[in-house]
Parts: sequence; C-alpha cells; structure tokens
Amino acid sequence: MNLLFALAGAPLAFLLASLIAGRHGARLIWIAAPVITALAFWLALETHARPQGGALGGWMPPLGIALEADGLGAVLLLTCALTASVTGLFALGRYGGARPESARRYTFWPLFYGLWAGMNAVLVSRDLFNLYVAIELLSICAVALAAFGSRQAAVNYMMIALAGSLAYLLGAVLIYAALGTLDMSLIAQRAPEARASVLIAAALITGGLMAKTALFPLHGWLPPAHGAAPTAVSALLSALVVKASFVILARVWFEGLPGLAGAGVITAFGVLGAAAIVYGSVLAITQTGLKALIAYSTVAQLGYLFLVFPLAGGGESATPWTAGAWGAMGFHLSAHMLAKAGLFLAAGLMIYGAGGGRIADLTGLARAMPVTSLAFGLCAVSLMGLPPSGGFMAKYLMLIAALASGQWHYALVILAGGLMAAAYLFKPLARLFAGTGTPAIRALPHRSMALAPLVLGAAAIALGLLSAEPYALMVSGLPEAGEAGLEEAEP
Amino acid sequence: MSLAFDLALCAFILGAAALAVAGRNLFGSVVFYIVYGVLIALAWLSLGAVDVALAEAAIGAGVTGVLLIGAWQGMKEAGALEDSQAPPWPVRLWAALGAALTGGLVITAIIALPGQDGLTRTVADEQGALALGNPVTAVLLGFRAYDTLLETLVLSAALAAVWSLSPERVWGGIPGPKHVSRPDGVMASFGRLLPPLGLLVGVYLVWAGADQPGGAFQAGTVLAAVWILIVLSGLRDEPRVSSLPLRAVIIAGPAVFLGAGLAGALAGQALGYPPGYARTAILIIEYALTVSIAATLALLIAGPARRLS
Repeated sequence: MNLLFALAGAPLAFLLASLIAGRHGARLIWIAAPVITALAFWLALETHARPQGGALGGWMPPLGIALEADGLGAVLLLTCALTASVTGLFALGRYGGARPESARRYTFWPLFYGLWAGMNAVLVSRDLFNLYVAIELLSICAVALAAFGSRQAAVNYMMIALAGSLAYLLGAVLIYAALGTLDMSLIAQRAPEARASVLIAAALITGGLMAKTALFPLHGWLPPAHGAAPTAVSALLSALVVKASFVILARVWFEGLPGLAGAGVITAFGVLGAAAIVYGSVLAITQTGLKALIAYSTVAQLGYLFLVFPLAGGGESATPWTAGAWGAMGFHLSAHMLAKAGLFLAAGLMIYGAGGGRIADLTGLARAMPVTSLAFGLCAVSLMGLPPSGGFMAKYLMLIAALASGQWHYALVILAGGLMAAAYLFKPLARLFAGTGTPAIRALPHRSMALAPLVLGAAAIALGLLSAEPYALMVSGLPEAGEAGLEEAEP
Repeated sequence: MSLAFDLALCAFILGAAALAVAGRNLFGSVVFYIVYGVLIALAWLSLGAVDVALAEAAIGAGVTGVLLIGAWQGMKEAGALEDSQAPPWPVRLWAALGAALTGGLVITAIIALPGQDGLTRTVADEQGALALGNPVTAVLLGFRAYDTLLETLVLSAALAAVWSLSPERVWGGIPGPKHVSRPDGVMASFGRLLPPLGLLVGVYLVWAGADQPGGAFQAGTVLAAVWILIVLSGLRDEPRVSSLPLRAVIIAGPAVFLGAGLAGALAGQALGYPPGYARTAILIIEYALTVSIAATLALLIAGPARRLS
C-alpha cells in the first residue's frame, strides 16, 4: 500500500518541484524517469508473489480508501512508466535546454507530471470517488496539453471530458446513495440489494467513461485533438490518457458489478467495439496526413478493448477463455501504449525532418532517417498484430477466446481489423522506402531523439518475445476456474 | 425549517435554473446562475450541511460567478456576443431529449433507492481517534485525506493549465488587466473597508474548521476574494507569474500535505498520522493549505499573464 501511494505521490512531488524549479524544471525528468520506473518495477516484482494493497491511513473501506494493484495493474503501471519516461526524455528536445523560461517550456512539465500522476492514481485505485478525482487531474492536464496544439480541438475535448466526468460523478453518487460505499469490492457484495438503482448508475458511469475513452460513436473529439497536438503531447494523449477511462470501465463491470451486465450490455459493448475497429480503420486508410492517420488508428485500436466484454463473458462466470480474454486486454493495453507512443514520436521526428506532415512528404525518408524509420516499422508491426510483438499476443489471445467461446463473428472482426491496420500503416511505410534518392532533411534538435521511438518500438516487440512473464502476471488475480483454461489458450 | 420555506426554496431554485438555461441574454443567464448558487447554498443550510453550504456559496456562486462574468466581459470585448446565435433546433431537440432521458433515469434511480443513511454513524464513532470535532474535517483530512490531497494538486495543475495559455511575449508578466479606481470612489472605499473584515472571516473559518463548520477550502476562497477586492480597487497590482515567492506560496500547502503522506509511507502507514499527534498534523496541513488555496484561486481568477508591467 505504501508502495502504491508512492507511485501516485512521486509524480505529484515532481509536479510541485517543476512548478518551483522554473527553467531548471525540465532536468527533473532525469530523476523522475528512473525513480518512478524503478518503483513500478519493484511493484511488479512484489505483485508477482501476491496482489498488493491496503487501506490508506489505516482507515478501512467503506470509511477510508483502499489502494490495490493486481497483476494487470502492475503491468500497466510499469508500461505507463516506461512510456511516460521515454516521452518525457524525448520532450527535453522541445521543452528542455538552458534557454530562458517560456510559457510552454515552464507549464509543460507540471502538466506532464500531473498527467502521469493521474494515470498512476487511476491504476491503483478501487474507490469510485477517488477514481473521479484521479481522472479529473488527468483530464485537466490532458486538455491543457492538447491546447498546445489546437485551442479549438482542446475546447471540444474539454466539453466531452467534462460531460463524461459529470455523468460518471452522477453515477458514483447514486451508487453511494444506494449502497453506502464507494469501494469496488464492497459494491460487488452489496450491489444485488439495490439492483435497479445500481444499474442506472452503471449506465451513467459507462456513458461518461465511453465518451472519455472515445469509443465509437463518441470518438469525434479525438482525431483533431490528438492529431494537432505537439509530438510528445500526441504520444501521451493517444498512448496513455484514453486508456485510463477504459481501465476504470473494465474494473467497474468486472470487479464492482460482476454478473450484473446482462447479455444486452455485453453485446452493445461488442458491437460498438467492432464498429470502432471498422470505422476507425476505414477513416485511417483515407487520411492523407500522417498524424491524422495515426490518430484514427487510435480510434480503431480502442475498439479492440471493448471486445473483451463479450469475449470474457462480462465477468459473470469464469469460463476457460476468461483468462485468455483478460490477458488479451492487458497485452492490448500495454502494447498499444508502447507502440502508439513510439509511432507518434517517430512521426513527429519524420515530419520535422521532412518539413511536411502529409504522407506524400515522406518519400524516401528511410534513407535519410534510418533509425526513426526502423522505429516506425517496429511500432507498426505491433499495431498490425504481426508476430513477434505485444500486439500479436493481444490479437492472438483475442482470436483464441473468440473461437473458444464460439463467437466467430468477433474473430472475423479481429482478423479484418488486422488486415486494415496493415493497409493503413503500409501507406506511410511504402512512402518511406519509395524513390531512389536520399532527400535532404532538417537536422533534428538533438541526435539522440531518434532513440526514443526506437526504445518504445523495441519494447513493444519485446513484450511479444518475452510474453510468458507478463501474461502470468496479468492473469494472476483471476478466479481459478478462469486460470485453469489458460494452458489451452497459451501458444 | 418549515415545509413552506423548503417548498418556496425549491420553487425558487427551479425558477433560477430555468432562467439561467433558457435566458436569451448571456449576462442575465450568468446572474441567474449566481442566484441559483446562492439558493443552493441556502438549501444545503436547510438540510443542516453547513460546510457544504459554505463551500457552495464561496465556490459555486462566488468564484464561479466571478469567472463567468470575466468570461462574459472577454466575449464582449472580442465581439463574440453580437454574432452568437442560438443553435439550430435539431441540436436543441437532441439536447432536450438527452437531458430528459438522463433526468428520467436519475429520478427512477432515486425512487428505487433503498433507505440507508450512509456513513454518518461510522464517522461519528471514529472521528474521536483524530481528536477533531468537525466530522467534515475528519473525513477530508483524515479518513479520505487521499482525495483531498489529489484535489489540492488538481488546483495546482489547473493553475499550470491556465498559465500555459499565456502569450509567449508576456510570459513571466502580470495576469489580468490593470485596475484603477478614483481614490474617493465606492470601489476604493470597499477596497479599504472590506479586506480587514474578510481577513477576519477567513482566519476564523480555518481556525474554527477543526471543530466547527469551516476549513481550508472555504477560508482560502474568502481570502482569495479579499485579494481580488484589493486588486479591483486598484490598491495593489497582481504579482508577476515568474515571482519565486509567489510560486513558493502556491506549492507550500500541497507540498506539506504530500510530504506528510510520503513521510507516513516511509514510516509504514501512508497518509497515516502519528498516534496522538493527528490533530496537530492536520492543523498544520490545514493552515498551509489555506494559504496555498487562497493564492491559487486568486491566480486562477486573474488568468494567464497578459502584460509585462
């Protein structure tokens, strides 16, 4: 529990430190990145033995707030730390250096640490109101960072984020009024006492979180906000922020209200997820701008997450394929964090080098920027779900779960989504290697910036190569009946 | 209070809300929104929730009202009031349907609620361990201190968010327009008369907060209002956003709170207070938070840096 508090508290401490450090604030990332990553790694080791958690200040729920990290939480905390660290170091190129303080070079860092703290706080919390405060911290920082790119897109994003927050808060209040607790494990025990009120509250919570996750058809705010933001911000928004609201949604249904989701709710999630995959992919294929393409790819990739609801059976009973679906969600969340952040960072460097953001501007760039292009390729491999990568593991486990549970229509959607991802990612990849000449490029602010997407791309691949450990960790908290079937599902 | 009063209050609240939403004149809507906030504060008072009433009056009506009037002023200066058109009817129809659906769902849920009185008893039983007389302070700084810690940092992050909107050429400068008032005018007299009173109320609210209604957020809002009044009356100008002492004041409260939580984690109980010293620790945190919340709220209202001198 102390370690969990430290994981949320450390980025908060750096938030305050960067507010007072002025133009030296950027350098704090050299301390923050190793410290928070080490804390997350330590937690993963501890969680390997057993789930970690406890009540803050010794006040047990329902009076106090308990923190908890299961295997999935530990893996996500570590992936998030890695993604945020690399993106933060990358951001030194634009928001660092010994130059005098400016509005953006100063405010980027507190907002960055606030975003990181919000992510960590969401991942360790099981209390509905505490999750609300955590996601508000996250949203404020995300909206302000999005405004670094386009103010109009940021205002639209803020409206959706606020409406989503209000709906969520209304649901949380109703649950407290109905059950007298905000703690998920207690909610799970007491929910049958007030089924009608709890279901309405869950509907409000779900609607709010779906808007924040940009699930089709509530995705309209995402491509402009993510596409127009500066490179490092796009990476943070697309890789991390949208995942937080999904994790809360999954926890609410699987841990807070297991068995309460009827077939209709589960099917609705599945249908919307499938629609998001198809719609996001089709729009990604039609884009001519590189960052817009990557942003629409996020809309599509987020759809996969919602397939977990039908594939895992809504948490009602532990079927043999539950562990597979749960593991698939964990792999998809972490692989997409790494690959999408890497893709945006690589795209930002290529756009900077080529001096234009259209896919056509990338012609032949692989010869001028080989390291960046390699990183782009590695991330693309994981997003398409090709072996050996984290993205492959996610889609493989999803396919197995879909076939094992007899829901072959979802298997078709997963396969089609992979093919379409290949189609839209092949467009920029083909451009990179097109032509014969080496284009003249603008020199990067710092040569080592190209290493950042490379590290993220390599990590996304490594997640697939070394999949056994993370998989075991991610499904460690599941009921035994679900875990038993996992040997069959494992490749 | 009597049923007649409650019914009249409910009618007024609904009326103010309807006028705030349906009004064609933006300034009128803002005014009715502030009225609505005051009425809601009265409703909380009528329900016996004095702490919530104070917070609603200070933040819901006061701070939000000032921000809305500021936004209205900005829109007026930018000429955005003239060409603002009502959204087309399909949009309004969808909004009405969405609001009606949500409202209907919430009413259904409330009717279906089983009767239970929450955690009031549990809090009353346990607050003795913290040696605090005010159950709200016991929840905010004791049982659910983690929420409050995150909320104070939300304020710090919000300030960074507002500052990030500063134009680069005036970065480090002074937020808000420069205010001048006639030395013998109403504003200047207010600026001299009210701040000592406000200061007294603010200090009382945080001092009393441990055992009676009050606390860091309410006191901080009152102190922020005192500062805003002083600025509006032209007696003092806002500080530069690059000022190091100012930044130190902003982070002091959250830093003390977070430091206490992390020190507890090192000692084995995150956000736990040493036995016997809970009240002392909570009071120190409250006092530090009051100063930081006052400064942060005042700066949030002042907005991004706008001028160099």
